Amino acid sequence: MDSLQLQNIRKSFGSMDVLKGVELDVTRGEFVVFVGPSGCGKSTLLRIIAGLDDQTSGDVRIDGKLMNGVPPAKRGIAMVFQSYALYPHLTVAKNMALALTQEGVAKAEIDTRVATAAAMLRLEALLDRRPSELSGGQRQRVAIGRAIVRQPSLFLFDEPLSNLDAALRGGTRVEIAKLHRQLGATMVYVTHDQIEAMTLADKIVVMNGGVVEQVGRPLELYNRPATKFVAGFIGSPAMNFIDGATAARVNAAAVGVRPEHLVVGRDGSWSGTISHAEHLGADTMLYVEVPEIGLFTARIPGDVAHDVGDIVGLTPQEGRLYRFDREGRTMTG
Amino acid sequence: MMYTTRTSPLTRGVVHLVLVAYTLLCIGPVLLVAINSFKSRAAIFRSPLSLPDATTFDLIGYRTVLGQGVFARYFLNSMIVTLGSLGCVLLFGAMAAFALSEYRFKGNKLLGLYLSLGIMVPIRLGTVAILNMMVASRLVDTHLALILIYTAQGLPVAVFILSEFMQGISKDLKDAGRIDGLSEYTIFFRLVLPLMRPAVATVAVFTMIPIWNDLWFPLIVAPGEATKTVTLGAQVFIGQFVTNWNAVLAALTLAIVPVLVLYLLFSRQLIRGITAGAVK
Repeated sequence: MDSLQLQNIRKSFGSMDVLKGVELDVTRGEFVVFVGPSGCGKSTLLRIIAGLDDQTSGDVRIDGKLMNGVPPAKRGIAMVFQSYALYPHLTVAKNMALALTQEGVAKAEIDTRVATAAAMLRLEALLDRRPSELSGGQRQRVAIGRAIVRQPSLFLFDEPLSNLDAALRGGTRVEIAKLHRQLGATMVYVTHDQIEAMTLADKIVVMNGGVVEQVGRPLELYNRPATKFVAGFIGSPAMNFIDGATAARVNAAAVGVRPEHLVVGRDGSWSGTISHAEHLGADTMLYVEVPEIGLFTARIPGDVAHDVGDIVGLTPQEGRLYRFDREGRTMTG
Repeated sequence: MMYTTRTSPLTRGVVHLVLVAYTLLCIGPVLLVAINSFKSRAAIFRSPLSLPDATTFDLIGYRTVLGQGVFARYFLNSMIVTLGSLGCVLLFGAMAAFALSEYRFKGNKLLGLYLSLGIMVPIRLGTVAILNMMVASRLVDTHLALILIYTAQGLPVAVFILSEFMQGISKDLKDAGRIDGLSEYTIFFRLVLPLMRPAVATVAVFTMIPIWNDLWFPLIVAPGEATKTVTLGAQVFIGQFVTNWNAVLAALTLAIVPVLVLYLLFSRQLIRGITAGAVK
């Protein structure tokens, strides 16, 4: 049975259509990530699943039950917010217990569940503290703990790592992945960070302008993007796109090649001047200005001797050139 | 911008001079009332600006006021009216602000403007109509009449200021409450209101002082002995031909005390709120 089912979800604010008919099925235990640029409707979609906003039309089903108009607390969901949203006047333990108290769960049961969640998230020592006495990372763990104790059929994460600094973000990402394996629960996760999407997801939903561009496993999206938008959005640095005469030669409106699939040599398909170089140790990013076409990014493993001002040739690896038609769809064959 | 005053000691000196001058200007009359309330009648007129000394010190004013007995009653009336209206203004003002900033509905903005309109129209313009209403509803000479009037008087500013503050409160927090199954009332009273404390304290101070000091509405709507407020009560000492200045000054000095206590109470909250926000 599907854990979550969205059928033709539409949402308009006044005359503005934020979601234009979203269809999605999420099977039990899956980790689904909604990813897209800001304003693509991913957060709105999550809020509709949570019941915090109502869809203009369409059906939301959780565990097969129709949830239209059902209040958030009765949907069997738990949500983790970007700003943690802990109750400032309650201790960590009470923050986690509040939803259960509201549901009328027995005291002993609440204590066990809070203790289990606290152990899972290494929060035992902090149970009597107030949120204001915790660091950002600890606060986010409490917010996750608050979700776990409810034993929901669906976890919702709204950009949970965006407020954390870079080092903490990596660690918490691993913890969320571990948690997903431990609990085996269905999770829906919203982010604008494609690295989080690639590393966490069983299934990525790429959204743009209120429509779902493509749904698929992370590497499927990387290797076989359905549209030019997905091709440009997944992968970092972004894919290089070339239109005009170069693309017309292969009967396409545009062609694209990823920075890591460019071979740099003395000469190649395109030649240009290096305008900037980033030496990261493991990789080197070269920004190559090709006359009449534009700026290319090339990613080369290891450190290379090329420097700003050098003239180099760029050639795409065999079979790594993507072609797109006028509507931005990927052309096959 | 904030640091420009720190750069020049001269600017800083001038700013402080202006502030001190203004403070003296404000405190002066109040201080004069307080000083003279401790002097004998002759001394008040002979040298109104000097401090009371051994020969001029006299508590006759306080003895007269407290000896009247009814003054305790007047104080109680003022307290009931002020705290009653303050409670209503803060409660309903905050609730209206919550509704205006939290719920999207048609005419939301318009309703907010309409509620703030009262800031621009002095309530005293409606005195005749209000008095008619009070007579018709048999509320003349009751505390309730004054509380209702002052609630109406205080609400526009309260709604205006509080809805500005309300918008600054994390939406996620309220949503987390909804997901945890808290009712809208619990979200308002347990989550939102505690975070609004500094704003509520500000509004409380703004609302409280004009109510406590008001002479107009007690005189018109509740002049009866049982509902007289302190400001109205002090008028008994002001006669057409003879005024008992000792008693008037003593009554006014006493009238400052409760409102001062309330002010200190709220301003502590106010400062705590400001610093808590700054440190975060």
